[in-house]
Amino acid sequence: MTAITAPSTTRIHVRRLPVWAPVLIAVVAAVAAVLLFKTGKLLGGGWVLTAVGAVLLFLIGLSIASGMVEGSRAARNRVATSLIYSAFVLALLPLVSVVFTLIDKGRGRLDGAFFNNSMRNITTFDAGGGAYHAIVGTLEQAGIATLITVPLGVAGAIYIVEYGRGRLANAIRFFVDVMTGIPSIVAGLFILAFWVLIVSPHLSSTGRPFYSGFAAALALAVLMLPTITRSTEEMLRLVPASLREGSYALGIPKWKTIMSIVVPTALPGIVTGVMLAVARAAGETAPVLLVAGGTPNRNPNPFQGNQESLSIYIYEQASLASKYGLPRAWTAALTLVALVLALTIAAKLLARRNKLNKG
Amino acid sequence: MTQPSFPGSAEAASAASAESPVDSSGPTDTPSDPRQRPPARGSGGQDTVGPLPRGSRFGSESVFKWFTTASGATVLVIIVAIAVFLILKAIPALNADKANFWTHFEWFPDDPTNPQFGIPALAFGTLVSAAIALVIAVPIALGIALCLSHYAHRRLASGLGFMIDLLAAVPSIVFGLWGRDYLVGPVREFSGWLHHYFGWIPLFGSDGPYGKSYMLGGIVLAIMILPIVTSLSREVFRQTPPMNEEAALALGATKWEMIRTAVIPYGRPGLIASVMLGLGRALGETIALALTLGGGFLIGPDIIHNGGNTIAANIANKFGEASEVGRGALIASGLVLFAITLVVNMIARAIVYRRREFLGAAA
Repeated sequence: MTAITAPSTTRIHVRRLPVWAPVLIAVVAAVAAVLLFKTGKLLGGGWVLTAVGAVLLFLIGLSIASGMVEGSRAARNRVATSLIYSAFVLALLPLVSVVFTLIDKGRGRLDGAFFNNSMRNITTFDAGGGAYHAIVGTLEQAGIATLITVPLGVAGAIYIVEYGRGRLANAIRFFVDVMTGIPSIVAGLFILAFWVLIVSPHLSSTGRPFYSGFAAALALAVLMLPTITRSTEEMLRLVPASLREGSYALGIPKWKTIMSIVVPTALPGIVTGVMLAVARAAGETAPVLLVAGGTPNRNPNPFQGNQESLSIYIYEQASLASKYGLPRAWTAALTLVALVLALTIAAKLLARRNKLNKG
Repeated sequence: MTQPSFPGSAEAASAASAESPVDSSGPTDTPSDPRQRPPARGSGGQDTVGPLPRGSRFGSESVFKWFTTASGATVLVIIVAIAVFLILKAIPALNADKANFWTHFEWFPDDPTNPQFGIPALAFGTLVSAAIALVIAVPIALGIALCLSHYAHRRLASGLGFMIDLLAAVPSIVFGLWGRDYLVGPVREFSGWLHHYFGWIPLFGSDGPYGKSYMLGGIVLAIMILPIVTSLSREVFRQTPPMNEEAALALGATKWEMIRTAVIPYGRPGLIASVMLGLGRALGETIALALTLGGGFLIGPDIIHNGGNTIAANIANKFGEASEVGRGALIASGLVLFAITLVVNMIARAIVYRRREFLGAAA
């Protein structure tokens, strides 16, 4: 090392494609795709094919241009970036389509009669009818399921976080996670085998098994329990240890510390988790279909007799061989989605206000 | 932060001695000053100075502890109970089955004299539709996850992530209805196009009718598992240590090379787990497939022909008119589904558990 001299011959700056180049390539690719596929009828033509072809041509053109100017590594980088963004656009298409269809088709029966009537005395080929009984059923079933699972789930999470040591706690933790993946139809079959076929005959005066809204609530509870336990566990872990230690230092027993310090601190997060679980359970069809039976009549009593829910209602009306069935199904779907989305969005907003956020 | 209101430290100290000893992390064994202690408070209060009292066996503390332990154990009880009760109800039907459950293709359990049913065609359909869904959803989901974790602007990413979460909130019956009534048209045309130009591939060998096929069911399933795969892999990508990323960039890697060499290898176990979770969901999805698959019990390489059935969809479709044996047969098929999904989920979770740093993401 004698003297530091700047190497005069090497370029520090890498050659880069100008900003307008990708735009130009995109335009050329679009025009070429229209010429090739739309007017040239290559592979049959059609707008979807043209769009896909345009994207592919754009990627090829971009990689060639970038490869010539910037080198192959930069070319690969550009192609990967474009692919990643296009994956995103691709995923938004079904969401937009579903939302558009829901609003478009669901508007048809969005009237007072729909929310005030049941399907009683409405035969297959009658207009009118409503989903009052189904809405009541969904609310009752989800409500009972929430009443069952919230104490169990929160207490289970308290066990895992505050008391659990050793193999039992690890096993519980592991199987809570595994249980979140149990198919909803299996939960329905379980309640069918356990509650409807084995327990319910002892509860009825005739000694016959019977369907009920409560059985549906039990099936939903099986689905909600792991979700609530898991989200509550996450939240309890976020409560700073210093709060617990401060309480212990004042001599507060552990259970009082948990109930009056740890749980209240984590409460907004716990409520968020519960709301998300309820939103998911309210939209479940399969388990309710197996154990609630479904009925065209109003049945506000969840403990006796068949009960309807919005999702079964959609399933029934969609399978109906009548021109009035499908509009009813779509309006019910719109109602259900509105209910679920309202819960979800409220939960997310609540989560934003939660001070215990991870990030 | 919630601030507990305590009457005074002296009273709190006496409460400590009145209740059972607490966890060792709390410094409660500090001797309380006897002069500050009010005389004889309540049932547990003690007048004499001495060692701390032993915890009572049936105090609030132990009751609370037992309650929480029992609640936690409920999960284990439920999983065992699911297996026990499904087996209990499946056995009579399996005994009545005149055909071999593991090799018979068709499903006619309601024949009063000659009930015959078997699982292979349904299991095959379940695997095929889940496989199609994974092939479509996984690359897209990974792209979205990378977009949210490394490409999009932070504020934009949180908004877009919210949109993807909304996709998860839409009930499956709505996706099923949408798939059956609206997606079926494009899929029918697409199937015809595939057959016309790529008919030499056995997958697209059928010459119609098209529409309610594995292709349609698989696409609908793909949309439904997209948010699950996305949300876990996004969290996993976010966990990549910034040090690894910066090291790759400092060595002159482009952004894509940085992702390939630093982000993806680090997150690979988490990615496998997220794919397994998506698989678990796809295997168990019921009502969307009951609406979008055409039914039938054929096994073949073709995925665009009308038809197809899965274990779960078969349960939903056949349950309404099932007899006693039929119900038991459906429960038996549900037991098979339960076993498959249990294994898949356990593998996924075991992978996640081996990497402690991914635990927080696996909600």
